[in-house]
Amino acid sequence: MSPPGLDIRRASLTFGARPLFHDLAVEFDAGSWTCLLGRSGCGKSSLLRMIAGLALPDRHRIECTTSDGLPLQGRLAWMSQQDLLVPWLRVIGNVMLGTRWRGRWAGPTASEARERALALLSRVGLADKADAWPAALSGGQRQRVALARTLYEDAGVVLMDEPFSAVDAITRLELHDLASELLASRTVIMVTHDPLEALRLADHLLVLQGEPARAVPMAAPTGRRPRALDDPQLLAHQAELVALLREPAHV
Amino acid sequence: MSDSTALHAARPGLIGKLHGPTRALLALILLIAAWQAVITLTGVPRYILPSPLAVARALVEQRALLAHNALVTATEILGGFIGGVLLGLATALSLARFRPLRRTLLPLLLISQAIPLFALAPILMLWLGYGLWPKILMAMLIIYFPVASTGYDGLRQTPQGWLDLATTFGLSRRQTLLRVQLPAALPSLASGLRMAASAAPIGAVIGEWVGASQGLGYLMLNANARLQIDVMFAALVVLVAFALALYFGIDAAIRAAMPWHRDRLEASA
Repeated sequence: MSPPGLDIRRASLTFGARPLFHDLAVEFDAGSWTCLLGRSGCGKSSLLRMIAGLALPDRHRIECTTSDGLPLQGRLAWMSQQDLLVPWLRVIGNVMLGTRWRGRWAGPTASEARERALALLSRVGLADKADAWPAALSGGQRQRVALARTLYEDAGVVLMDEPFSAVDAITRLELHDLASELLASRTVIMVTHDPLEALRLADHLLVLQGEPARAVPMAAPTGRRPRALDDPQLLAHQAELVALLREPAHV
Repeated sequence: MSDSTALHAARPGLIGKLHGPTRALLALILLIAAWQAVITLTGVPRYILPSPLAVARALVEQRALLAHNALVTATEILGGFIGGVLLGLATALSLARFRPLRRTLLPLLLISQAIPLFALAPILMLWLGYGLWPKILMAMLIIYFPVASTGYDGLRQTPQGWLDLATTFGLSRRQTLLRVQLPAALPSLASGLRMAASAAPIGAVIGEWVGASQGLGYLMLNANARLQIDVMFAALVVLVAFALALYFGIDAAIRAAMPWHRDRLEASA
């Protein structure tokens, strides 16, 4: 199954009396990685939640269509800043959380599903932790389990809300390499605060800017992901991206 | 290495080093010694405060009587505990699941807490007679609210992130309630169960005091009337022992049901 692209139209969000964005239109190409940036409170995380169909306290509206015309529901995986591991299941159970919570074994049998979960765990380097409790893991390890859980859903569209912002800098770089490899050829939309992270991973950059916000596209560096930290292209783009983010809010 | 020596120096004293059961035994011995000391020092007559030895003698001599009545009270306590927990849990789940129920039942539940439950005992006796049922119902009523309210609080306070995951996994509301919110509520529910375990004996004994023909509460009143103060204390000792056994049994069951909790405690220790 090839991943669908997403076409977002007429996305509006009002925070109190303040319109954060109004009739926003954005397209996300199939199989590409888009990073969504913007100042704090610009509504980028809310936009991601709206695409995922998650609850929001503020008034909002969105029209979201897929490139293949099929519903998005059941084809998306969600990863957030918190690892969201449940303490009452062991690591392997957390990887297979979707299957466990849905309580049915669609398609593969139980042992096949377990095999798949174990294979994913070994790809994130935690094969030996399958039977550990989440409480026994470090923050970086927990986020790796969260990544394995996201991959286990085998969804075409992966939505990530600052997935690597709660881990230390070195772990973050390692997680970039891992995520970039494991999420290749999926439609990824990632909200991030970190320009460097965006420039390492993204095929497309979108900056939410102004109030109400517009989505300003910016060219991403070319070259294979994840790009090296000392890539001169990356450094040049970083200055440009930071300048764009610092631009005062006006329309 | 200097770190570990500093830790050693900061360790608690002799009492802190003892295990739980040893510490409890030590406390018990101290309590009995203090009890005996009060009698020896003040010369209080034995029909006011019998000596520990007299109570021990009553425990042995009246063991058949005590055992019979203890069994009755134990039945009431366990029946009330199980009934109250099941009813409280069912209430918590229904409140979390159905919004209209929340609007109507929740205020009623809160208002019901203004009724002193002890005052209900004679009414229950009037309606249900002198048998086991009014006592079981009394224990149930005492337990019901803490279980329902801690359970409902726990179900309500599921972290939003887990609910988000449940949504993207495509779970129904019922699945979310039973597979996400219920396990997430276990720690909070556990404190309700511990409260219930310590309150259940109170309900049963109050029920017996209001009107009964058997049970430890009845035995205490009866012995009091006949100035058999040692028997009264012996019944009290049996009741305390049973209440403690129930509390620690529930505590152990809760720990067994939440192994991740214990591991986390050990990991942080």
